[in-house]
Amino acid sequence: MKIIVCIKQVPNTNEVRLNQETGTLMREGVPSIINPDDLAGIEAALLIKDNVGAHVSVMTMGPPQADIALREALAMGCDEAYLISDRAFAGADTWATSSTLAGAAKLLGFDLIITGRQAIDGDTAQVGPQMAEHLRIPVISYAEEINATRDNITVKRQYEDRYQRIQANYPLLITALSELNEPRYMSVGGVVNAYEKEIRTLTYEDLKAYVSQENIGLKGSPTRVKKSFTKQPKGKGELHQVSDDESVSIIIQKLKEHHIL
Amino acid sequence: MSQSKDVLVFCEQRDGILQKVSLELLGEGRKLADTLGQNLVALLPGSGVENLCSTLIAHGADEVIHVDHPYLGDYMNEPYTKAMTAVLREGNYEIVLIGATAIGRDLAPRVAARVKTGLTADCTSLEIDGETRQLLMTRPAFGGNILATIICPEHRPQMASIRPGVMLAPVQDNTRKGIIRSFDANLKESDKNVIILETVRAAKKTKDITEAKILISGGRGTGKEGFAVLENVAQLLGGQVSASRAAVDEGFAPKDRQVGQTGKTVRPQLYMACGISGAIQHLAGMEESELIIAVNKNASAPIFDVADVGIVGDMHKILPKLITRLEAIANE
Repeated sequence: MKIIVCIKQVPNTNEVRLNQETGTLMREGVPSIINPDDLAGIEAALLIKDNVGAHVSVMTMGPPQADIALREALAMGCDEAYLISDRAFAGADTWATSSTLAGAAKLLGFDLIITGRQAIDGDTAQVGPQMAEHLRIPVISYAEEINATRDNITVKRQYEDRYQRIQANYPLLITALSELNEPRYMSVGGVVNAYEKEIRTLTYEDLKAYVSQENIGLKGSPTRVKKSFTKQPKGKGELHQVSDDESVSIIIQKLKEHHIL
Repeated sequence: MSQSKDVLVFCEQRDGILQKVSLELLGEGRKLADTLGQNLVALLPGSGVENLCSTLIAHGADEVIHVDHPYLGDYMNEPYTKAMTAVLREGNYEIVLIGATAIGRDLAPRVAARVKTGLTADCTSLEIDGETRQLLMTRPAFGGNILATIICPEHRPQMASIRPGVMLAPVQDNTRKGIIRSFDANLKESDKNVIILETVRAAKKTKDITEAKILISGGRGTGKEGFAVLENVAQLLGGQVSASRAAVDEGFAPKDRQVGQTGKTVRPQLYMACGISGAIQHLAGMEESELIIAVNKNASAPIFDVADVGIVGDMHKILPKLITRLEAIANE
């Protein structure tokens, strides 16, 4: 079985802080990590490899320095890594990103593709389902549990108020929730191997048989960012530093004013 | 693109029950349609849900497109995608709105990919540009640290998903008139490309926090015992308990109670934050609440930047006293 895992290198948004004076993002020193949902995707693929046997390729679209994320995936036990990187891919929104990734998937061949549900820097959750559409294969998103055999796969698919067990045949795309599993650590042997393995870079030249120039980069992106800005904080309210009893009285008073009591 | 017109809202139902976000989007869609001088169309896929059509009209729809088919009972990606795509291709809509639920976030991207148009996820505000008449879709990015306004200049429809609880549902008006139209999406057996083995509805002990009018919320500093106290306060006020991500990570509260960027967006009448410092990701999920009361020991906690009423103090001491007072009021 051939599995492709799509990952994204993201800034750890939990560590991003705003400069209160200038209102700008302080990105300096913010570490890059493998997106948490994607990390669960890697682990899910490696579990299938452990249990039923599979060849696991990991790929990411991004700048050259995203190879660190790929090395980490190799160190966890992935077999091959691909960096999809070319100026021609720059400025892609989810539409163009997914068509590019779909092109790479066609080039590599696959039975199963696993992506994370969403990346913590964009939070769109669009690339996985859109990739499935470009490949004309079924998608099961929000996977909480995966049971794969050589013939088919059963996924526990999470909704807000329910879950479903869904069975599907290959080829198929699954989007993984970070709740899916506990990703393994990189092994010492794995780290050594990871640096011996080659990360292959795929440029537009490599993919052009599988994706049209109309469908990549800025040109292939229906959306544009018109502007971005930092949020205006809501006006500061009143702040009280009084005794516990007085605090309680203030709360009661406010609840009455707002007809909650 | 020049002929595109009308605003379409995808109306989600589960087991024949309309999801609240659908009504919220009809409210927002009505505003956009009025600004453009166009109609508001509600798309209702399902199986045997015709009875919901009049509710959609009462909440602002001029027309309801009802796609009824047994394959549209339980949500499945491909039949829904096919049905929605067929409706969009027939109508050439200007704008399409869809709730950013676990269904909407599965369906909308696939539909947008199929019809080749842009989709902006989790928008928090929508506006029509006075000059270009384009839809300005504003959404948080980078973990809620920045906001970006996205446009879709050359493709139609302009698609946006909106999280539940972000927009206000309009007041129901049963005197409104509208057209109800059946649509045949020509679904086939082969469209069911996966097999749903079972659907398990999670036993809902508590209301979804996005539907709660009053939320009493705790953080890392609240502690396991502290959450029991919050439960007590919530009961006395007729509300629900919610939590920050840190509290969920610590296991003090289940994941479905989480407010914030990676949890749920809430806008209750009262949001009382107890022992929550207010990481920006948390603020992103609750700052639109009508009244925010924050109790925190640290006077410089960021939660106080968004609180209407900030109390610098120890929730473990203040809340028990508050409970005593609330009990006294209840017995009056």
